[in-house]
Amino acid sequence: MSDVSARDLSVVLDGRTVLSGVGLQVRGGDWLAVIGANGAGKSTLLKAVAGVLPYSGEVLIDGTPVRRLKPRERARLLAYAPQSPALPADMTVFDYALLGRTPYIPYLGRESRHDRDVTASVLDRLDLAPFADRTLGHLSGGERQRVVLARALAQQAPVLLLDEPTTALDLGHQQQVLELVDRLRLADGLTVVTTLHDLSVAGQYADSMMLISGGRVAASGAPADVLTEKLIDTHFGARVRVATGPDGRPGVHLERP
Amino acid sequence: MTDPSGSTTTPRAPVRRSAGLRPVALLVTVAVLLASMAAGVLVGAAGIEPAKVMLQLLDWLPLVSADSGLTPVEQGVLMELRLPRVLLGAVVGGLLAVAGASYQGVFRNPLADPYLLGAAAGAGLTTTVVVVFLKGDNESMVVPAAAFAGAVGGVLLAYALGNVAGRGGGTTTLVLAGVAVTSFLTAVQTFVQQLGIEELQRIYAWILGTVDGGWERITLVIPYAAVSVAALLLHGRLLDVLSVGDDEAVSLGLNAARVRLVVLLAASLATAAAVAVSGLIGFVGIVVPHAVRRLAGGSYRIVLPLSLLGGAAFLVLADVLARTVLAPAELPIGVVTAFVGAPFFVAVLRLTKRVET
Repeated sequence: MSDVSARDLSVVLDGRTVLSGVGLQVRGGDWLAVIGANGAGKSTLLKAVAGVLPYSGEVLIDGTPVRRLKPRERARLLAYAPQSPALPADMTVFDYALLGRTPYIPYLGRESRHDRDVTASVLDRLDLAPFADRTLGHLSGGERQRVVLARALAQQAPVLLLDEPTTALDLGHQQQVLELVDRLRLADGLTVVTTLHDLSVAGQYADSMMLISGGRVAASGAPADVLTEKLIDTHFGARVRVATGPDGRPGVHLERP
Repeated sequence: MTDPSGSTTTPRAPVRRSAGLRPVALLVTVAVLLASMAAGVLVGAAGIEPAKVMLQLLDWLPLVSADSGLTPVEQGVLMELRLPRVLLGAVVGGLLAVAGASYQGVFRNPLADPYLLGAAAGAGLTTTVVVVFLKGDNESMVVPAAAFAGAVGGVLLAYALGNVAGRGGGTTTLVLAGVAVTSFLTAVQTFVQQLGIEELQRIYAWILGTVDGGWERITLVIPYAAVSVAALLLHGRLLDVLSVGDDEAVSLGLNAARVRLVVLLAASLATAAAVAVSGLIGFVGIVVPHAVRRLAGGSYRIVLPLSLLGGAAFLVLADVLARTVLAPAELPIGVVTAFVGAPFFVAVLRLTKRVET
């Protein structure tokens, strides 16, 4: 299990400060949900941690600064799935998932039998084996999300960064995908960081939450500490009622003003 | 650290499908290429009997002896006209198709072709300058070098402009820079052409393209072809990684910008080499890779090698038509590639209807 932390993370894009002074701390095997209004900087935070965007500050995995790692070494520790991944319509599911093995394949080399085996077993685990030969253009929304997850898992990284893994999925498929992530997390001891726009959903799955507003951390802690009526009103401009469910997790309900 | 894929347990149903090129597809494409080259050698204006041509070809093989009964003149036609023409057609067609496929991969744009970044306009300009100002002195020696330099120069200009304008090196800026460079160089070319309007026919003869260049053109193009094709074929898997987007490619540990630059350089070298020995032959670079994608699969590990072979076959066949349809007159080969290529492409599209996303 790998701890993930960040210190004083700032990102400047086109001269605009998108993130500033963000710190985070996730214990190995935990699930951190990053929430915030549109444009608050959630995706930027995930991209910075993934090493996709240049940042100032420090991202650490088990205490090692990610900056000091070679890109391929970093990719073996951090797997990242963007909010709307490009899925080439004529690529097969197997080939797509196999791309997750890139950090283990030499620059101009080809994948080994082991890479194929890992990919095959990941597909098997996500019940995607029957789809292995199908092209990405022929998948439903829920299947696609699972395929993206398969690509990330094939990376065999202990940290999974998922940007809005349930966008564009209906309620049932949202639940399926998140349950799947949770199952994999518990089985393999993965550390999971997701952005989630649905606050109730986030509250159900996360061990800890972080609220980002205007590129800064507005609140962080246990779901019950972050999902409060006051914070949601201040940072989302939404009127909600927060009710604690039987499992002690907060549920967020919209209220007509 | 635990193993997130669970690969420590043996997979239950080993799936081993992979991006790799299937032998059947490779064999079929090689067969098509050989058949088209045979057609290219057998068919021609001189009307030599095909059976005799076969015997003569056998006779030329080492350790084989066969009496074809061809006259020395007919043998000369075969050796000095048809054979080099078929080979040059194959090399140029292969180069343009593989370069087109690579450009499409780098720009993630199905409409990208090898001339996208100004290679055609650059070569057109330098060729025109040479024809207008040299007035025929050493033209056949100088034009290939000039066209090569022009093609490379056009691409470099677009690349430099794209970097200055884009800062981040984004592909959209690069494409736009290519459009600007192409327009500018074409304008200059038109201007130079007006200065030497009496040379118009010869300018067009160079620009429209032919694969009738003899052995010297083949020896000229081979080194560049070998280097660029080898580099491109090695990058097939990395182009697949790029196809899922830059962010993901970077998160997979790949230096996306560097891969793109290397592939662009190699593809531009291939284009410049082709343009230098054959002029501007359109359509091959777009049609062939897409036909391959439709028929054999979308991975660049399939698309690149099969485009190379398929492009070769396509251009050899186009040349057969170019020199037989109006025989003994010849059509410009670029006219044939578009005239035959467009309906062929529509047929492929119809045969392989797919859900587009």
